[in-house]
Amino acid sequence: MRNNILAIIKKEFVRFFGDKRMALTTILLPGLMIYVMYSILGEGMMGRMSADEDYVYHVSVVNMPQSMETMMENMPVQIENVSEKNEGEMAKVADKETDLFLVYQEDFDGAVASYDSETSQGAAPQIEMYYNSTKPESSEGYQMMIAAFDSYESMLANKFDVNGREGTYDLASDKDETGMFFSMMLPMLLMIFLFSGCMGIAPEAIAGEKERGTIATLLVTPMKRSHLALGKIISLGVIGLLSGLSSFIGTMLSLPKMMGGESGSIGVDVYGAGDYVMLLFVILATVLIMVAALSVISAYAKSVKEASTAILPLMVIVMVIAFSSMLGDGAPTQWYWYLLPFYNSVQCMNGIFAFAALPVNIVITVVSNLVYVMILAAGLAKMFDSEKIMYL
Amino acid sequence: MEEILKVEGLGKTFTLSKKQQKLEKTKEKKRVAVDGLTFTAYKGEVFGLLGPNGAGKTTTLRMLATLIKPDRGDAVIDGSSIVRDPQQVRSKIGFLTSELKLEQFFTPNYLYDFFSMLYGVKPEVRDERKRKMFDRFGISEFAEVKVGNLSTGMKQKVSLVISLVHDPQIIIFDEPTNGLDVITAKVVTDFLQELKKDGKSIIVSTHIFNLIEKICDRVGIIIQGKMIVCDDLKGVTGEKTLEERFFEIYEETAGEAV
Repeated sequence: MRNNILAIIKKEFVRFFGDKRMALTTILLPGLMIYVMYSILGEGMMGRMSADEDYVYHVSVVNMPQSMETMMENMPVQIENVSEKNEGEMAKVADKETDLFLVYQEDFDGAVASYDSETSQGAAPQIEMYYNSTKPESSEGYQMMIAAFDSYESMLANKFDVNGREGTYDLASDKDETGMFFSMMLPMLLMIFLFSGCMGIAPEAIAGEKERGTIATLLVTPMKRSHLALGKIISLGVIGLLSGLSSFIGTMLSLPKMMGGESGSIGVDVYGAGDYVMLLFVILATVLIMVAALSVISAYAKSVKEASTAILPLMVIVMVIAFSSMLGDGAPTQWYWYLLPFYNSVQCMNGIFAFAALPVNIVITVVSNLVYVMILAAGLAKMFDSEKIMYL
Repeated sequence: MEEILKVEGLGKTFTLSKKQQKLEKTKEKKRVAVDGLTFTAYKGEVFGLLGPNGAGKTTTLRMLATLIKPDRGDAVIDGSSIVRDPQQVRSKIGFLTSELKLEQFFTPNYLYDFFSMLYGVKPEVRDERKRKMFDRFGISEFAEVKVGNLSTGMKQKVSLVISLVHDPQIIIFDEPTNGLDVITAKVVTDFLQELKKDGKSIIVSTHIFNLIEKICDRVGIIIQGKMIVCDDLKGVTGEKTLEERFFEIYEETAGEAV
């Protein structure tokens, strides 16, 4: 009679994949949407924050000193000399017509030469630089000038340099960087994606059948209730897994773009096949326990609507637990933490992405989740057998 | 005559919710739906349960079909107890009622195969049986149309055919013609007579006298959860029509003139 489990699984698949719209919106769409959204978001943010590469900054200058004129010759700037500091030039910056308005004090070079920061009384020579932080070009021009002034200033009184030579001084590898970033973000996102994937299908498949009266038709057959429960959980698990994986792939591919990964320091290629295999097991165990819990809740509900409301508390709990990947110092190493459902999933994922996962903890997570799933499946079978829950 | 169904002291009490209490303007927390029902049905006969709405007919049949469990008593169907061995009972009976719905998304053909699988019917047997039944009820040309797109009458026929995928020897039919148009109702009634000819044992519940007179060998009248009379049709009616006799009995029992 094992065939009955297969028959139920097959029926659920035919139902799900036979409905093109449902299959599309549950499986393909989430991943695609996340990819497109994150990519656009990432590119949009980059675009907003930087000027075009061959942009020429419009700068008005009062009292341009000789030294600065030489320095600015090599910069992409178009200089307009103005006789004195005036409101009109400032208004042009405010109105985003020009990018910067520079005011040097008179005889700036002379003042700089005669000023000694250790002995001189009075204020140091002044440069006033007006800019508009809401105009990306102005803001960027401001940064460029500040950097130029700083290096000019330190050149005048050079006592020592820090990291002054060519070369990379940050010794974190691409792998570490990716690991740190992904281990914070991805477990949370993954949990949310997996849960929403399961949330979309479990109430429909259990409470929906109850609401439409089709579950009774199944219950008058000699099929074992436990077979029905297992068939439901397994088929929902597979569909939930596909939905979650779609979102996951979308995220993995677009996150680097979102984080400005043009430089290539953050990428998915740092993870090996072993990492992905471990991840797959953890995801599978997570999806199964999610659909099992959601199925039990849905079985209590009278309608799909009621089920959708009833699962909200569980959703909140899962979200809160998912956020735990953002806190703390990475995954705990003690095995007993991995007996806690949902928390164990988050911490395993955290460990895997940070290259710090202990295989034994992964095994504990998968095995304990499977045990919980069996318990929940037995509970679901009991519920199928309860007339109070099923018909009244 | 061989006993196929033996019901003994069957009882079921429902707890009324606050809402139901208000709705029915009653303070009682419990409602006895079926009160110690005892009767026997024999192999190859059509047994009719007759009674007004709310008499407990449907509850009785649901207990026999193992959808709900009795609080008291037991029923043995072809040697299997509905209390101790519900799974065995399920494989022996076909339960037909408008409460059992089919998923709209699937076609009659798919559902027939699916339920055959759940009942453990072998594919060769299944295909032959399916062809015969689909032809008998004119389902063949709609075999690949989703149930949701079928007419109400066709849905009923598909539902009936699917309840019988395992060719059960005992058929329990709750309100066979309720909600059916006259044509479909006749198809169903004719089919019940055919089933009887094939030697099946049939238990039907109804409040339609006509149907009982047409198809039933024996009849039990249930009022307020109790079996008042149970005998063959002639024994119940005597010289009167079933309708006249029923109202007499009802008056005596419920104490209300109709």
